[in-house]
Amino acid sequence: METALAVLVGAMTATGVYLMLAPNLLRYLFGLILLSNAANLAIFAAGRLTRAVPPLVPEGLDVPPVPVANALPQAMILTAIVIGFGLLAFTLALVVSCYRQLGTLNSDTMRLAEPPAAGGEH
Amino acid sequence: MGWLLALPFLLPIASGLLAFAARRNTGLARGISLLGCGLLLLVTAWIFASVSRQGPLVAQMGNWPAPFGITLVVDRLSAIMLLVTGLVGLAVGVFALADIDRRRERLGFQGFFQLLLAGVCGSFVTGDLFNLYVWFEVMLIASFALLVLGGERQQVDGGIKYVALNLVSTLLMLTAIGLVYGLTGTLNLADLHLAIAAQGESVAVNALAVLLIGAFGIKAALFPLFFWLPASYHVPPVAVTAVFAGLLTKVGVYALIRTFTLVFPADLEFAHNLLLVAALLTMLTGVLGAAAQYEFRRILAFHIISQIGFLVLGLALFTPLALAGAVFYMIHNIVAKTNLLLISGTVRRMAGSFELAQIGGVYRASPLMATLFFIAAFSLAGFPPLSGFWAKLLLVTASLEEASYWVAAVLLVTGALTLFSMSKIWAEAFWKEHPGGGALALAALGRPEQWQRVVPSLLLVLVTVAMGIYPEPLITFARDTADELLNPAGYIDAVLSQSPD
Repeated sequence: METALAVLVGAMTATGVYLMLAPNLLRYLFGLILLSNAANLAIFAAGRLTRAVPPLVPEGLDVPPVPVANALPQAMILTAIVIGFGLLAFTLALVVSCYRQLGTLNSDTMRLAEPPAAGGEH
Repeated sequence: MGWLLALPFLLPIASGLLAFAARRNTGLARGISLLGCGLLLLVTAWIFASVSRQGPLVAQMGNWPAPFGITLVVDRLSAIMLLVTGLVGLAVGVFALADIDRRRERLGFQGFFQLLLAGVCGSFVTGDLFNLYVWFEVMLIASFALLVLGGERQQVDGGIKYVALNLVSTLLMLTAIGLVYGLTGTLNLADLHLAIAAQGESVAVNALAVLLIGAFGIKAALFPLFFWLPASYHVPPVAVTAVFAGLLTKVGVYALIRTFTLVFPADLEFAHNLLLVAALLTMLTGVLGAAAQYEFRRILAFHIISQIGFLVLGLALFTPLALAGAVFYMIHNIVAKTNLLLISGTVRRMAGSFELAQIGGVYRASPLMATLFFIAAFSLAGFPPLSGFWAKLLLVTASLEEASYWVAAVLLVTGALTLFSMSKIWAEAFWKEHPGGGALALAALGRPEQWQRVVPSLLLVLVTVAMGIYPEPLITFARDTADELLNPAGYIDAVLSQSPD
């Protein structure tokens, strides 16, 4: 199971990075989404995988009698998903506003803040 | 005790929410925000005083004992960073009254500004790696909003580059956190020190170190990861640039210092060499980039990058003196850099532009502003007897002690080039005649605006001068901080032995 997840995370990262190399901002955003989910899955796998044993402690015991699923990474992923959702929604809104105001999604032609003639370093 | 350590982020969150709710009543929102800034400065000063008296303060959130719950820790480094955050927050908060237009205030500027301070303070007090990630995100989302608030075309253009590259940093950090957890099973920084030490020098530890250098390096604008900074820092209103320049990149440096002194072992050769090379290249590329610019704020933006190199250099040399130099430099730089940006805003108000070719005559219009700029700029360039001189002296001495002569040479060359850029601004904006009509006198701005613009700059200049002519207390404090960072046993004891109260 860990191997399958590792391959999946690798594939998602590779696809994400490939998309992010494109000059089109929407593709960049899709790449980020894939990358963000790959990071979440990596945390999930890092917490070790156990099947079908929820982390519940039976009444009268202080610790669960058998090895159970690790709840901490799941809590972390939940936090990361919520944060990631907020950030990506903001970014999508920014990309839309970018398209409306600048009329392009091609990052190579977006030179309004850094006009090529003004800076000597380009 | 616990709730007191939480105050540095609870206060700005509370005042931020209130100010955001009251954003349509700009007078009320301004009052709430200023009150929040004032209280924050008081709280941080109080925490600073108790930490310098009695050592690290620790609080376990929710009474869960470390390493199971979230720990808040304030040691000397965190305490002085908090204090300077409170100072910068108040200065920029007052300046923003004059600088931010009504429209942006109605969109919620005050709320986002407070939220940004909350994120910065939260990053300084937390003792948990995942919690640090959460505070980074709070800071990031607030900075996104501040950067594009108002929605001018230039802002959207700069904003998209800032957002796109900072999100990559976030994902790198998240991945690193996942791997750290998988390797050690803990995320408490003090506990991680013990767990990573038990791993020995393995491939995994080195890989994690490099991942974190990538994540924090983007935040800190380290070479070659800094391209988002000159693309975006000159697009928002000056008050926003000033608080970004003062605090945001420094949180990245703080995170680097924290992880490489506390989490990772002191003999991590590969990562330290990587940091050293990156630091030197950051210093040079930043200062050379600035030399090629002719826009007031863009020159300052490139200097931010260059000075990040000084800070990381202090960490990379990894001697007590070098770390003390980094701490001193950090405080000096936050104060001087924030002030220079505030002054650039006032100069623009008086002379009409940020483009050096289109402005001039500020010295004639206001000798006071010229003097303020002169002091802040020459402090940045490292002239005695100003604060930057002592900061640079500590770093140069540290590199000579290590017999790294080329490091000292790069330090001095960068200082000379900084002086070149600062004298360029001085000659163009202050000394030469204004190309059209002449600059406005300060008095022409009207009384409230005049005060709101000059008082914060004056306050920060006084701090710079005080640090310059009477550096002994801060140098002693910086040396104590460096000792504490290099011998983390006290920090770890304080965190792990403290039972919840």
